[in-house]
Amino acid sequence: MEIIVNGEPKAITPMSVLELLASLDIDPRRVAVELNLDILPKGDYETTRLSGGDRLEIVHFVGGG
Amino acid sequence: MSNTTDKLVIAGREFSSRLMVGTGKYASNEQMVRAIEASGAEIITVAVRRVNITDRTKESLLDFIDTKKYTLLPNTAGCYTADDAVRTCRLAREAGMSDMVKLEVLGDENTLFPDNEELLKAARILVKEGFTVLPYTSDDPIVCKKLEEIGCAAVMPLGAPIGSGLGIRNPYNIRIILDTVKVPVIVDAGVGTASDAAIAMELGVDGVLMNTGIAGAKDPIAMAEAMNLAVRAGRLAYRAGRIPKKLYATASSPIEGMIG
Repeated sequence: MEIIVNGEPKAITPMSVLELLASLDIDPRRVAVELNLDILPKGDYETTRLSGGDRLEIVHFVGGG
Repeated sequence: MSNTTDKLVIAGREFSSRLMVGTGKYASNEQMVRAIEASGAEIITVAVRRVNITDRTKESLLDFIDTKKYTLLPNTAGCYTADDAVRTCRLAREAGMSDMVKLEVLGDENTLFPDNEELLKAARILVKEGFTVLPYTSDDPIVCKKLEEIGCAAVMPLGAPIGSGLGIRNPYNIRIILDTVKVPVIVDAGVGTASDAAIAMELGVDGVLMNTGIAGAKDPIAMAEAMNLAVRAGRLAYRAGRIPKKLYATASSPIEGMIG
């Protein structure tokens, strides 16, 4: 199935958000995730299964003023 | 008159430093860390951006910043609508586990001036959602008053356009803002060199926030120290109470006892 991650289409096998982050080599403690425009609390990463067409935003802090 | 008892208080939280600095535009993360240390700042701003999911080799900002030592202030830089700014703040709260945000909603790419209509809209939503909102705003006393009424924890009028280094372009408006609101007033943007920061503080503002003025200097670490000293000097001078300006001289030495 296909999901949209940070604006880019991505083909994945069925998995949780936590598994997706691991597959992308992203430390879940350092990011925030928005799933279909709603904030996904960190505690829900493991239990939230991704569905085809889901839109994810994965953000972190960068330098800024 | 010591600085040690003169704390900046924002939403009940006390800070010893009245200088807040950004983390953008540095040549390296090592340079950024040293500049922040030299600045003495306790509150540092960060931006919220998408993780690069195709290239994971880049270092993470938080590998370099001691979050026990510094209070992170995530911004909504680059947002042009209230909706985008609110979304960014919600993500920032989730990423940083803190509800303090620097709210900026821009109106124009050339000036980076705030869109105050969208700013007020976003501020209302965020205050209702429990955020501690520090809004970057025009140096407009009426907008600042509205932001205070909404429940913002401070107001952050610009001294001059972001990154311009033009200094405090309208000190009279800053003074009127100080008379208008009770929440802390922090000059955000426009500071180009140490004297600009001192001038802002001498007006009586509660703090100064800057990024480019330090990061863009030839020697950012030296400029960070200069800004540290300037903010402290300006604050002390404000509290000390300057002499009135007069057109003609007044002798400093006694007239009596002159020879001849």
